[in-house]
Amino acid sequence: MLIAMASTVVFFTLLFLLITNAPGWPEVKATFFNWDAFKDSFPEVARAFLLNVKMFCIAEVFILIFALMLAVVRSLRGPVFFPLRALGIAYADFFRGVPTILVIALLGFGAPALQLQGIPLSTTFWGIVALVLVYTAYVSEVYRAGIESVHPSQDAAARSLGLTHLQSLRTVVLPQAVRRVIPPLLNDFIGLQKDTALVGFLGAVEAFKQSQIDAAATFNYTPFVAAAVLFVSLTIPLARFTDWLVERDRRSRQATGAR
Amino acid sequence: MSEALLVEGLHKSFGANEVLRGIDLSVAEHEVVCLIGASGSGKSTLLRCVNLLEPIDVGRIVIEGDEITARGVDVNQVRRRIGIVFQAYNLFPHMRVLRNVTLAPTLTLGKSQAEAAAEAMVLLERFGLSDKWDAYPDSLSGGQQQRVAIVRALAMRPDLMLLDEVTSALDPELVAEVLEVIRELAAGGMTMLIATHEMSFARDIADRICFLDAGVILEQGPPATILSEPSEPRTQQFLQRIIEAGRL
Repeated sequence: MLIAMASTVVFFTLLFLLITNAPGWPEVKATFFNWDAFKDSFPEVARAFLLNVKMFCIAEVFILIFALMLAVVRSLRGPVFFPLRALGIAYADFFRGVPTILVIALLGFGAPALQLQGIPLSTTFWGIVALVLVYTAYVSEVYRAGIESVHPSQDAAARSLGLTHLQSLRTVVLPQAVRRVIPPLLNDFIGLQKDTALVGFLGAVEAFKQSQIDAAATFNYTPFVAAAVLFVSLTIPLARFTDWLVERDRRSRQATGAR
Repeated sequence: MSEALLVEGLHKSFGANEVLRGIDLSVAEHEVVCLIGASGSGKSTLLRCVNLLEPIDVGRIVIEGDEITARGVDVNQVRRRIGIVFQAYNLFPHMRVLRNVTLAPTLTLGKSQAEAAAEAMVLLERFGLSDKWDAYPDSLSGGQQQRVAIVRALAMRPDLMLLDEVTSALDPELVAEVLEVIRELAAGGMTMLIATHEMSFARDIADRICFLDAGVILEQGPPATILSEPSEPRTQQFLQRIIEAGRL
């Protein structure tokens, strides 16, 4: 413990000295870590960040639902469901393969250009749709891994009691599967939070776009640091919260009732 | 008269491996039949086929006059009439004991949670588990878990119970409590088909013992006959090995 602390202190002190003694440091400090520029841009970037929060909150709800449906479809057995399974595989392959920024560009610029009656024109809307499409593909794989990690004997036990395939899935397999994949689900959730910055490409003024605007106006890159601080300040507490949830669930299952 | 269970000409293969090669078996109501035989002789597969957990290749299975292997039979309906208990308990680890027991009655028999819970508590009480109703399976001993698994199957009020080596995964000192439960079921008139390695238990409880060898019932009869004076050389060999291992 003491050794770990000492070595950490030494390491970071050395790193700090190395960077601050670099020949270009004064200039880097002035353009990236300028306290006044930070104070000036932070409120604006923070306000724009609310759009990121809104986008990933809305997107996450749909992703969790659609991805689960996709994973369930792909878990169906029997030749009758082959077309559905094939569609699910094609979907996952396609949207995991295409770069997110391309999907966002195609939908964000392409869909409004169709000029169809009643089609939304908002870049935020199409940005969210693109994120949902892409992340549904990733998250469905996470769910699927969870479903396959539940031993077949659990399903056999449920079916032997007369439960239907869907009843067994809903009450026995999925609750166990989802618990096991909470950490990787959070991983994708954090990825989604960061990828909301890509929607700025369409012109939506979210945190990254706002910091770009500020940087261009002041010739100072500190607004990017402000945006980074905002993203990190959200993901870190979320990661600790998930750890806590997983640990609590594990404890409650092993400790209770041993009386 | 209709048998509780009738199996005729049952064949089952896994790929090229033919595990069951023509099983004929009938079990009368209230009868307790034990299946003995070496590992891989087909005992577990036979039980899983009777519960339709494995699709059969050839043959037919009849439960109280209803052919359950016929086309168009609702497998879920069939399974509600047949309880099965597995070697590894297979309790649902994310549910408390009570929910493990009430899940199927509420979902498949349309019982209210209150009604199912009341019935479950009666069963748990009967098998000495009433103080464990709100425990999670992981916090119970193997013997307790297996008794919960038996209660879970009984909660469906099955006509027939299938027990698949239910004591094989237990520490020796926990075997007795589970066997006691099965004895009580037999005394209560439950029709049972039991795959087991516990020969002395089989001798006590069985009305009839079937010796399975390489996917067929080689020999069957009352326990005294099969265990003490078997006529088939394969049965004699099997029992000889059991005796040498100190298990009879």
